[in-house]
Amino acid sequence: MQVRSQISMVFHLDKCIGCHTCSIACKNIWTDRSGTEYMWWNNVETKPGTGYPAQWEDQDKFAGGWEKKGDEISLRSTDKKRIVPNIFHNPHMPSMDDYYEPWTYDYQNLFNAPEGPDQPTARPISRVTGEYIDIESGPNWDDDLGGSKIYAANDPNLKGLSPDQRQQLSAIERLVFFYFPRICNHCLNPACVASCPSGALYKRGEDGIVLIDQKRCRAWRSCVAACPYKKTYYNWHTGKSEKCILCFPRLETGQAPACFHSCVGRIRYLGVLLYDAEKIEHIAKLPDSELVEGHRSMILDPNDPEVIESAKKCGIHDAVIDSAQKSPVYKFVKEWKVALPPHIEYRTLPMLFYVPPMSPVMSQQNGDTVDHLNNGFFHDIESSRVPMKFLANLFGAGHESKVAYALKKQKAVRWYRRAMTVGDIDMATAHKMLQAADCSVEEAEALYRLTSLCTFDDRFVIPPAQREEAIEMMKDPHEHRQSVGFGFSSGSRRGL
Amino acid sequence: MEAGQTYLDEMLFAVLPYIALALFFLVSIQRYRAQRFTYSSLSSQFLENQRHFWALVPFHYGILTVLTGHVIGLLIPRQVLAFNGVPLRLYILEGTALVFGLLTVVGLVAILVRRWVFVKARTVTSPSDWVLYGLLLVQAVSGVYIAVIHPWGSSWFAAAASPYLWSIARLNPEINYVVALPWAVQLHIVNAFVVIGFFPFTRLVHILVIPNQYLWRRTQVVRWNWSPHSRRLPR
Repeated sequence: MQVRSQISMVFHLDKCIGCHTCSIACKNIWTDRSGTEYMWWNNVETKPGTGYPAQWEDQDKFAGGWEKKGDEISLRSTDKKRIVPNIFHNPHMPSMDDYYEPWTYDYQNLFNAPEGPDQPTARPISRVTGEYIDIESGPNWDDDLGGSKIYAANDPNLKGLSPDQRQQLSAIERLVFFYFPRICNHCLNPACVASCPSGALYKRGEDGIVLIDQKRCRAWRSCVAACPYKKTYYNWHTGKSEKCILCFPRLETGQAPACFHSCVGRIRYLGVLLYDAEKIEHIAKLPDSELVEGHRSMILDPNDPEVIESAKKCGIHDAVIDSAQKSPVYKFVKEWKVALPPHIEYRTLPMLFYVPPMSPVMSQQNGDTVDHLNNGFFHDIESSRVPMKFLANLFGAGHESKVAYALKKQKAVRWYRRAMTVGDIDMATAHKMLQAADCSVEEAEALYRLTSLCTFDDRFVIPPAQREEAIEMMKDPHEHRQSVGFGFSSGSRRGL
Repeated sequence: MEAGQTYLDEMLFAVLPYIALALFFLVSIQRYRAQRFTYSSLSSQFLENQRHFWALVPFHYGILTVLTGHVIGLLIPRQVLAFNGVPLRLYILEGTALVFGLLTVVGLVAILVRRWVFVKARTVTSPSDWVLYGLLLVQAVSGVYIAVIHPWGSSWFAAAASPYLWSIARLNPEINYVVALPWAVQLHIVNAFVVIGFFPFTRLVHILVIPNQYLWRRTQVVRWNWSPHSRRLPR
């Protein structure tokens, strides 16, 4: 057993209100520089929708992630064999048109325009060329189902849905959508790392954050093509790729990442997961139907004495183990099994998990009335407005059982709380539902508390990074006395 | 100085090569040490992905093949001469070289046009890029011109250019090999040294950092801030 720790995340989609505060927090800190204007390390998509970049989930087009061929897996884009002939032109590289051309406005014209019969306007100006442009798309162009005939209708997750189900998704007055906030998943088997010819991408051993070494990056852009989530971006100005760094400078000082910290709906949870790194290769090669369960099985119980002992042997600090024991992510993912990895069929083993969203029940069934308890407790989950198949394509590699389990448990907890607080359902029914959803009363209480009454410290259990200890281990701080530190800038001159 | 050689010849064929080589080595190393962040080619495929393939691929395959030919002629001139002893082989070799030379020119012109016509690509083209493209165009066009007007270069390269280049390597330049050559060949040689000298100041440095280790490195890369073995050892 090779125990490693990973800072891992849960997004509770049932709570996301789609306000984009996370995106703005991230942009203001990290991507407001020249060349990064088009990047959204954190973005919030409307589902169904084509997302950002448009249709990123269509791997026939973008060739991201891993592909299983027989017993082996290989990168869909440029693996070792294909990189040599394709080194001069990356065949699967998305271009700026797949994202959008960033722009600002010619505000000066509002002040400087000569007097005339019309109001002056501020025309959009490209942030790339500085010329006037006509805006053709932008971030969240399809927000809240805008242009859904083009965007929502072409969501790759609609694969396998019947024409009826598709129609039902967009039927007037029955429209349904939910929000899907996305950051880098900091995967266990990252395709971006595997694809980098320069070896510039790496996973940090002690917390699993995937980073790009800016000095080693040589603009091959393989990571951009290889990442199935399209969460590495090419900075056209510096000629380097960049990605979400999980705000590691904040994490190292005990603060939650900016997008987490600013989350209005409090949908985000962050904590340590311990996992067995020896299993990565085996799990990544499992058949589609076993991926979700296999991925979950890699995550180790931080309270198991054997695991604790191995973790210590592997150099994991007591404080990190302690933090793993309090991890909200562990509870959602492993104990309660309500949080699921996105698109695990890409086989990158993402370490960001989503609690699938509940959706309004479909009232079609009995004319215009909704009958709650006619055929079983959970009938409205199977026939909710967002088809189960759609959610399964997103969170279950196309298999519905894991998604259904998560939704049933959420619904049972809701009804249990409803019986307790509203009282229009009798407790016996609620208990029956809990039982049917494989959920004890204690679990229901805990799930309810962590979902609805969570404090800041419940949501973010950040282990002490102990960077000072790490630095002392690798470098002697005394060597750097009276110097100007180490970093990008070249050494100072004239005795500063 | 021997008869028929001027000071200009001396400067161009005996002094310039050393200036160029000195710049090449010193600046390349210094830039790698001091400005590693800039040590790559600034790709514009992200900004313009339609013509990129038709410009970059012919150019690179063309120039790589032609350059390889030059290096082989330099390293094993006798064997090349012997190979060319059979006329058919000579024709095939020359024909191939010409095709790849033309491919280089076509690719380079396509690169220039693409960089100029597509405004986004033009935005990321620096003055040094334009100078470099100009130099490379002179080099490629003069090369193709030589291949057509002064054929069988693969043979006379061994007799004229190879000894001259080796004499430079031996720090005893014998410029009599080149002063009598046609002007196009002289231009090709001089311009080659200009490109070598200019090399470390341009995007060409990406050639020096070809990521060959990718082919045998492990698939996944993990970096530790601390050594897992020493972490729990008493200090």
